[in-house]
Amino acid sequence: MRHIISILIENESGALSRVAGLFSARGYNIESLTVAPTEDPTLSRMTLVTRGDEAIIEQITKQLNKLVEVVKLLDLSDGPHIEREMMMIKLKADNGRRDEIARLVDIFRGKVVDVTDSTFVVELTGKSAKLDAFIKAAHEDSVVEVVRSGPLGIARGSKGLKL
Amino acid sequence: MELSGAEIVIQCLKEEGVEYVFGYPGGAVLHIYDALFKQNDVKHILARHEQGATHAADGFARSSGKPGVALVTSGPGATNAVTGIATAYMDSIPMVVLTGQVPSPFIGSDAFQEVDTVGITRPCVKHNFLIKDVRDIASTFRKAFYLATSGRPGPVVIDIPKDVTDPNVKIPFSYPKKMKMRSYNPVTRGHLGQIKKAVDLMLAAEKPVFYTGGGVILDNADKELVELVRSLGFPITSTLMGLGAYPGTDKQFLGMLGMHGTYEANMAMHETDTLIAVGARFDDRVTGQIAQFCPNATIIHIDIDPSSISKNVRVDVPIVGPVRSVLEDMLQVLKESKKSPQSAAVSKWWKQIEEWRGKRCLRYDQNSGIIKPQFAVETLYRVTRGDAFVASDVGQHQMFAAQFYQFDKPRRWINSGGLGTMGFGLPAGIGIQLAHPDAEVAVITGEASIQMCIQELATCKQYDLPLKIMLLNNGYMGMVRQWQEFFYDGRYSHSYVDSLPDFVTLAESYGHVGMKIEKPDDLEGAMKEAFAMKDRLVFMDVIVDPTENVYPMIEAGKGHHEMYMSPGSELV
Ligand SMILES: Cc1ncc(C[n+]2csc(CCOP(=O)(O)OP(=O)(O)O)c2C)c(N)n1
Ligand SMILES: [Mg+2]
Repeated sequence: MRHIISILIENESGALSRVAGLFSARGYNIESLTVAPTEDPTLSRMTLVTRGDEAIIEQITKQLNKLVEVVKLLDLSDGPHIEREMMMIKLKADNGRRDEIARLVDIFRGKVVDVTDSTFVVELTGKSAKLDAFIKAAHEDSVVEVVRSGPLGIARGSKGLKL
Repeated sequence: MELSGAEIVIQCLKEEGVEYVFGYPGGAVLHIYDALFKQNDVKHILARHEQGATHAADGFARSSGKPGVALVTSGPGATNAVTGIATAYMDSIPMVVLTGQVPSPFIGSDAFQEVDTVGITRPCVKHNFLIKDVRDIASTFRKAFYLATSGRPGPVVIDIPKDVTDPNVKIPFSYPKKMKMRSYNPVTRGHLGQIKKAVDLMLAAEKPVFYTGGGVILDNADKELVELVRSLGFPITSTLMGLGAYPGTDKQFLGMLGMHGTYEANMAMHETDTLIAVGARFDDRVTGQIAQFCPNATIIHIDIDPSSISKNVRVDVPIVGPVRSVLEDMLQVLKESKKSPQSAAVSKWWKQIEEWRGKRCLRYDQNSGIIKPQFAVETLYRVTRGDAFVASDVGQHQMFAAQFYQFDKPRRWINSGGLGTMGFGLPAGIGIQLAHPDAEVAVITGEASIQMCIQELATCKQYDLPLKIMLLNNGYMGMVRQWQEFFYDGRYSHSYVDSLPDFVTLAESYGHVGMKIEKPDDLEGAMKEAFAMKDRLVFMDVIVDPTENVYPMIEAGKGHHEMYMSPGSELV
């Protein structure tokens, strides 16, 4: 099963490598990992996507909690939550195809954020599956470059992952 | 009070009550060594190799319960210390290791004797720190000692760049009193509901067994354990790391379990209906094949570390908390309970266990003309009245020691269980003897293991440490040879220890007393003579049967009921 785990962690050098090191040392897989400081600059928030059966996920969350720098942790998959990923994609946009691409961007509620005579850069946010669908719809041979943030997640409802 | 970084380091150690630092100097720690030189409170023990320094600090910690402290230089000093750090990590030993680092401006430049110590040690420490500012030394030390000794203990590394200890930069010093870390809050009490549930299960049990580990010793919970086990009248077995927490000579004690555990302990594990695991972590050397582990049991597990619970074996009643306080709570709940144990069923269970015990699985050939390693350990037990501190290396001799020296007290049996580090015994003995200057300290070792840290004989000489080393010299890496005999058709690939030194003259050349003992009849007398030399280190080279094997044995990946028994035992 795929799990998306949110982690509040001390914003200290080395904290990220402890998390990454834990996954490689114990043979857990990481599908994606994003990290940035929060509104409190002493804390960072990580969103980590991993896969495993129940026992493995239990071990992963316990081992993460055991890291001295991890302050709090929440497996978002345990409840209703919102997941978003951002992508910037550079597409070949020759004269014949510019309208078609613009229409596609509209359908997916994306934005064209850079234009040259031969390319567009499109910005798109949504669930990971939506980004996958866009890439597919844009045709492989027109894709110049793709950069994705990895998913971010937040729980629905009034509760927050806070100190 | 204005102090330099180096002086602050020493001051912090004093604040933590550190009596001994085990170390080895070098460029990156010279400022600290200079500060050490100018005071007398913190005593420095010069090892002869950084691995020795860390094992000595470890032996000090295991035998005293206080954190061990080591000090090494950057680069090779730090990498030499890694084995000792990993050894402590695997057995959850509280230790603080100070490593020098190249001056901060040079970090990352491949400077002379630079290694990424924080990176190299990350997977084998509880936590580590790189100090970047002299003003952070005091708070970092406070945190390091707190982390090393609280919760599930473990080694903590503090990496200190040379410029941070600059003698010319002085700042005001004060040591933080309160310690709070928002990201680290070890559990201080077990969940009472779970404890009640566990007690109910124990009172309903018909074939219960306690399985206890090093966690009982680490949390000084031996008294509570004894009280609980005696009041219930249940059988108890222990891991290699837990020996001594419950008296080894008590009739409720079944001996060690696992790969080289006793027949009765392993059979009890296989047949039990209620397993009470206390401060043990279900290591593969203990469980054997997981699919066949305690097939009929409801499992209760007490551990301070949530990640130990249901890691290898799914448990039914997890209790996260410090062993001692949980056992105290259990005793209380038991007292208040109106029920009592299933005495009829439990005495039937005991009858079954006594039958297993009757096989006398540890029997060995007593009439051999050559010294059997088991006999040597039994003799040591007699001569020391079962009351010595015993440090061990790794191999057959370690298993014989665990099987035949019956430890009645905790912190007497000091060995590397988790990592299985050859070379541990002698330097660990140094730490033990310093922590217990008047005690008898024996080191049981093999001719292969002892050569891994033999240089520490010089340390023993310098500080007058009268260890009694009993080398069970079988001429082989016996444990390796045993596996090759059983599983590789006797192809003894590189397990013969050739070109051995003459250990008697070797010991003498270090300034110690050497003895070579070859006949069973000479053993006790020689050993008494050795222990009578109260202020001398005596190195006993005991020539033992080169073909002896450790029995019983469960092959890796087999179940508890599938033991190889000794050729002399009634089962074969
Ligand atoms: C540092 C290290 N290297 C290798 C091993 C693997 N090993 C385990 S036991 C053993 C043989 C030990 O021989 P010896 O010290 O003579 O003890 P014996 O088994 O003969 O009693 C070896 C090589 C180890 N545990 N530690
Ligand atoms: Mg040997």
